[in-house]
Amino acid sequence: MTDYTVAELENIANKLRLHVVEMTYAARSGHPGGSLSAADMIAALYFKFMRHDPKNPDWDGRDRFVLSKGHVAPVLYAALAESGYFPVDDLLSLRQVGSKLQGHPVRGKVPGVEMSTGSLGQGLSMACGIALAGKMDGKDYKTICMLGDGELQEGQNWEAAMFAHQAGLTNLIAIVDRNRLQITGDTEGAVGLEPLPEKWKSFGWNAIIIDGHNMRQILEALDKAANAKARPTVIIMKTVKGKGVSFMENNAGFHGKACNDEEQARAVAELKAVIQ
Amino acid sequence: MTGEKLAQRNYYGKALAELAKEDPNVVVMDADLAGSTKTSDFQKACPERFVEVGIAESNMIGIAAGLAASGKTVFASTFGVFATGRCWEQIRLAVAYPKLNVKIVATHCGISVGEDGASHQALEDVAIMRALPNMVVVAPADAYEAYAATKELARYNGPVYMRMGRADFPTILSEDVEFHIGKATVLREGKDVTIVGCGQMVSSCIEAAEQLKAEGIEAEIINMSTIKPLDTETLAKSVAKTGCCVTAEEHSIIGGLGSAVAEALCDGNWVPLERVGTKDTFGESGKPDKLMVKYGLTTADIVTAAKKAIGRK
Repeated sequence: MTDYTVAELENIANKLRLHVVEMTYAARSGHPGGSLSAADMIAALYFKFMRHDPKNPDWDGRDRFVLSKGHVAPVLYAALAESGYFPVDDLLSLRQVGSKLQGHPVRGKVPGVEMSTGSLGQGLSMACGIALAGKMDGKDYKTICMLGDGELQEGQNWEAAMFAHQAGLTNLIAIVDRNRLQITGDTEGAVGLEPLPEKWKSFGWNAIIIDGHNMRQILEALDKAANAKARPTVIIMKTVKGKGVSFMENNAGFHGKACNDEEQARAVAELKAVIQ
Repeated sequence: MTGEKLAQRNYYGKALAELAKEDPNVVVMDADLAGSTKTSDFQKACPERFVEVGIAESNMIGIAAGLAASGKTVFASTFGVFATGRCWEQIRLAVAYPKLNVKIVATHCGISVGEDGASHQALEDVAIMRALPNMVVVAPADAYEAYAATKELARYNGPVYMRMGRADFPTILSEDVEFHIGKATVLREGKDVTIVGCGQMVSSCIEAAEQLKAEGIEAEIINMSTIKPLDTETLAKSVAKTGCCVTAEEHSIIGGLGSAVAEALCDGNWVPLERVGTKDTFGESGKPDKLMVKYGLTTADIVTAAKKAIGRK
């Protein structure tokens, strides 16, 4: 991949954000909030950290990414399109009949999408399987799985976490988008997750806590996780749901709702103002 | 030898142990029941491609999907109730939707599980697995067919659910029986009634045909070892001749083989149909043979159903 600077990666993240609001506005539906909180990490993964070849999506040596929080498909599709997996113009077909860009990612429909997700709590198990296959076959690819924080209320995650430690999946990196909001509101008011790093550690994982909107911290954490020797690693990134659009920030109302006309004009203006 | 009492799961284990040597892509998984499902035979032959997930069926399915997406042919086994019901939605999203190469192979299906009782007796598994797009559903008639089917599943690229029983029961097919997905076999020809069976009930169907013969009734017996896709051609040909049909399965009459046959008859030429199976009920603890009597799953029940079907012509 091109060796982007931190500033360039930040700019790409904002471009992805603009795509997210435009895609969800065009679809009149979708999940902008969690897409915006994940955008910096997604930019770091697809434009810096991950080994992949958009012209050859099935390349055997690629790193594998599983989006367990499948509802933030828009930010993944935006990254895939901007990377060159498919034309950027296709993005506006999100959630339309006949489109490859389904509301939640589907393996086999979209080049670059590894697994079908959307029902929460399943991606980490799938990622364990991919990482395990890599170990069995002596391949050196990494498997990266992005999880929502509310999603961790699904018990299957913890089955997978136990398994990953048991199987010695040091080639597996989990990323938790800790934006603290689920549909109901504050995760701690629904069914609390804290102390979250301690939970992961007690399941046999390394836990790295970062500011998920600080590109330097993101890159450092990924580098550290990639070099883990003894245990799988989770990066818990503290984020702001709706990051980058003032009225969406920390607003659970934009979990699964697109902008209206007036909001859209404001969102686009705010994002365009920061994009170089 | 045909007629010998053998457990299907032992032949599943035998086939897996051979696959360990024949196919380097095969990975076998279990959820703490390897000794019962006989995946332990594969584990012994090839520990490096055996995956123990602990008591975590949902996780097993997700891992199976990830392995299959990475080029593996995955067999994931546990008891029927847990292999299907516990993780149905995981199977739906992770395996069936992307059409991944995962074989969910369950043992301990049906009421003949016996003493463990209703919690462990899968009587709805075919119904819920049949409803999934892309899913093939197989129920071999005896240990020899279970062996042949296991080998065939390894060759087929896509999701399959295969159900087997727990108990030893008489083999009815030859040791070198062939199995092809979607292909039923006519085991005995007759002109008066078609009896379609799957799994352990096929041997009872054959016994029923003998008893009916003594009363001058000629029954045609079909081993419908693939429930989905159903061999509608063999079924249609048979009922066109006999004019009535009976299904027999160790499963609820809701959603299983009986329903699949009813659907096929609705789509084609309808004939009177009687379904032998559990009647919208859970099972209970008890000796398998006593349970088969209490829940209407015996040779005598098939004979009665056949006469009823003929009476409705």
